[in-house]
Amino acid sequence: MLNHLLSGDLPRSRVLAVVLVIILAGLLLTPFIFPGAKALNVAAKICYFIVLVASFDLLLGYTGIVSFAHTMFFGIGAYGIAIALTHMGPTWTGVAVGVAGALVISLALSLLIGLFSLRVKAMFYAMITLAVASAFMTMASQFSDITGGEDGLSFKVPELLTPGFSLREAPFLGVSLDGKLITFYLLIAVTVVLFLLMLRIVNSPFGRVLQAIRENEFRAEALGYRTVSYRTSSNVLSAMFATLAGALMALWMRYNGPDTSLSFEIMIDLLLMVVIGGMGTLYGAVVGAAIFIVAQNYLQELMKVASGAATNVPLLRDLVHPDRWLLWLGLLFILSVYKFPAGIVGKLRLGAWRKRTAQPGA
Amino acid sequence: MNAPATTAVEALPTVKPDRLPLMLLPVLALVALPLIGSASTWVTLTFAGLAMGMIIFIIASGLTLVFGLMDVLNFGHGVFITLGAFMATSVLGLMTGWTTSTSLLLNLVAVLAAMLVAMSVAGGVGAVFERVIIRPVYGQPLKQILITMGGMIVGEELIKVVWGPQARPLLLPTAFQGSILLGDAAVEKYRLISVVLGLIVFAIMTWVLTHTKVGLLIRAGVHDREMVESLGYRIRRLFIGVFVVGSALAGLGGVMWGLYQQSVIPQLGSQVNVLLFIVIIIGGMGSVTGCFIGAMLVGLLANYTGFLVPKVALFSNILLMVIVLLWRPEGLYPVGKK
Amino acid sequence: MSEPLLQLQGVHTHIGAYHILQGVDLTVPKGELTVLLGRNGAGKTTTLRTIMGLWQVSAGSVTFEGDNIGLMGTPDIAQRGIAYVPENMGIFSDLTVAENMILAARNAKRAEDMDAKRLEWVFGLFPAMKRFWQHPAGLLSGGQKQMLAVARAIVEPRKLLLIDEPSKGLAPAIIQNMITAFQELKRTDTTILLVEQNFNFARQLGDQVAVMDGGQIVHSGAMADLAGDEGLQQRLLGLSLASHQ
Repeated sequence: MLNHLLSGDLPRSRVLAVVLVIILAGLLLTPFIFPGAKALNVAAKICYFIVLVASFDLLLGYTGIVSFAHTMFFGIGAYGIAIALTHMGPTWTGVAVGVAGALVISLALSLLIGLFSLRVKAMFYAMITLAVASAFMTMASQFSDITGGEDGLSFKVPELLTPGFSLREAPFLGVSLDGKLITFYLLIAVTVVLFLLMLRIVNSPFGRVLQAIRENEFRAEALGYRTVSYRTSSNVLSAMFATLAGALMALWMRYNGPDTSLSFEIMIDLLLMVVIGGMGTLYGAVVGAAIFIVAQNYLQELMKVASGAATNVPLLRDLVHPDRWLLWLGLLFILSVYKFPAGIVGKLRLGAWRKRTAQPGA
Repeated sequence: MNAPATTAVEALPTVKPDRLPLMLLPVLALVALPLIGSASTWVTLTFAGLAMGMIIFIIASGLTLVFGLMDVLNFGHGVFITLGAFMATSVLGLMTGWTTSTSLLLNLVAVLAAMLVAMSVAGGVGAVFERVIIRPVYGQPLKQILITMGGMIVGEELIKVVWGPQARPLLLPTAFQGSILLGDAAVEKYRLISVVLGLIVFAIMTWVLTHTKVGLLIRAGVHDREMVESLGYRIRRLFIGVFVVGSALAGLGGVMWGLYQQSVIPQLGSQVNVLLFIVIIIGGMGSVTGCFIGAMLVGLLANYTGFLVPKVALFSNILLMVIVLLWRPEGLYPVGKK
Repeated sequence: MSEPLLQLQGVHTHIGAYHILQGVDLTVPKGELTVLLGRNGAGKTTTLRTIMGLWQVSAGSVTFEGDNIGLMGTPDIAQRGIAYVPENMGIFSDLTVAENMILAARNAKRAEDMDAKRLEWVFGLFPAMKRFWQHPAGLLSGGQKQMLAVARAIVEPRKLLLIDEPSKGLAPAIIQNMITAFQELKRTDTTILLVEQNFNFARQLGDQVAVMDGGQIVHSGAMADLAGDEGLQQRLLGLSLASHQ
């Protein structure tokens, strides 16, 4: 049953399995064990970033394509919801129209970029997507009549999802059962479904071909696979999932602007998450997103302590300054690319595999 | 088969050198003139565009050569720009007496000192960057993109550690401030200086590339790395040299850019990155002349459209890239790689 | 057969996942011209590239003047006195003929630094080089490019020339010119390893011959023996060579 749900692609490491269970349990129990809005927001962010990072892994890890336009699709999803709900009011039709519209736009755009530029070398693709993404961001902040410009759009979501909506008067285990909570669990449910869907894709024959192309494009082509169409399909699929992640984010935040969904900083964060978690493993997306976002929100607290302790050591004090958390994650990123290209998940799996082979029959 | 032997030996096919892309600059400038209407505004804008273009060229030239020589695309090139600019804030900060003096000579010495320090530091850091970040991933494009991007992140954070995360002012020395009048047109002195400096760098670079053995080796290496090695030259050493010089030039460009903007932020490099890529793609990856023309086109177009249709100015670079690539898919001067 | 200058023993070369050279044993005697024959894909070009260090030797040894050069880098191998003319000629088309030659003369900084007498001799072999001295090499015809490629290899004395299919795609008259040049070159006692598919061309120049197939040397001996034995030619070279002439 579980094997079927995970498309036969099990964690293959006891430690990883435990980590994944802890993450899932942590997310599910957040409202009950970590009170406060911040913890809930962090948990929600982990959810939609799992979808976003996994969709990026589909492209980077499984197909070997570096695109810097991934946040563009994330942004399209978020703007789809934001614009639709702003204009149509807080209705479910609005949500449907927003998601559908965003998906169509993402589909067209990813297809266009893919067909035009996936024939060129990896580096050109990276550069071209970087340029396209920056143009898109400029566009989003310029067409303020539609997008709200730099300020972005705040909007209302359907009543069921609003904090004002309440399932029952009395709180349950000290947690009020309001629309925010419903949204949170819906978010987790959709995240799980989308993640399992992606797991299914990478373990399908289509996914295998993608990996074959990544390993040896020449050979895959010799075997008769039309590599460009496979890579374009992967590009489109990955864009679709990123769009959905964007829609989830917008529904949760009830706001979207260029800085929350399109900025280059998010693109960098994505890269860090997918590489540190483990490229080409998909589970790496879960681990990477969870670690990164927790670090983003709580590593600073830790560094504040360290920085306080080092007040009298000039350089060290600056190096462990809470605002420099990205420095350390950046170093971890570089180290990951060198030493364990399959990231944390790869490392764990390797460890488990060694253990298994060292004790035959165990 | 080939043409008959006699003609093949006797006559050389008369293919004219490709000057078409060179014509783009005057054509663009002439088209802009009637659109702008006023000649003096046009002169001001043209100088602004050329100055901007020169700075971009200085920054991007190293990037395009590094790519041409070793297929290394450094997404962290921007760090050297930021580093150079921040070095200049420190050096000029120590020399405020010289920069605020009304003596042109003292001003000049201060700026030159800032440039030299910025170039040396950027070049030195470039050498380390090449060794630590780039060398371990030669020939692995995917890792290279990731790791140079990582270098960019860490570099930017380290710059924040040293100089703080805020913007720092980088004021022009007294004698460089203000404008001079060319006819009716007011041209900022500093823009004029940038243009001259850019032309000097371009001239030196062209001279080295065409008149020295190292230059020949670089041009040959961009074209066919293996053959250069087969002739007995260590291309890796050449590459390190080009990388260091390219980083130093980016540092110089950073100083110039900072002075142009009168302030420096740690995100300077990553912001300029996109522009650099557009320029080297337009020029044809690996071509210095192409990079020069690409940079000038970007600079001019940005200033003309900024005046005529400000909204379009934000996209003018992308638009330019698309048009150029539709005309010549491999850039203005494709480097005939084998 | 004189003493060997270059010797390959059990050389294996992998390119990616492909096992191309599967134990090549080849001896190139000093002062002679050895022709490497074989059909397309037999591993001739890979052999030259392996000697030059452009592909890594995965097993076996490459001995040049008694030293194992199998694991050396390409520049070091070249500096030992081996010149290489690749199949695509490796002309720097953005550079002039003169600049191409300056690069080939390792210690020359400018054209004036080159050995004038040697240069005149090269011009004697390939007059077109003198005529188009200041022209971009990219404008030369195919035959002229081939001449430039060979001229580059001999602009300074080298101990061993590795030349990959100099007759490929050339008009008959130019091939004749090339043969004359090689005959002149042979008079200077230069050791040459020549890859060819054109047997007529090879027969006129070769002292020794080695035939490759499936990544191995399947025959080696004096060219005269092979040239005189049509049965052997038929067996070793089949129709693939005939169709190439």
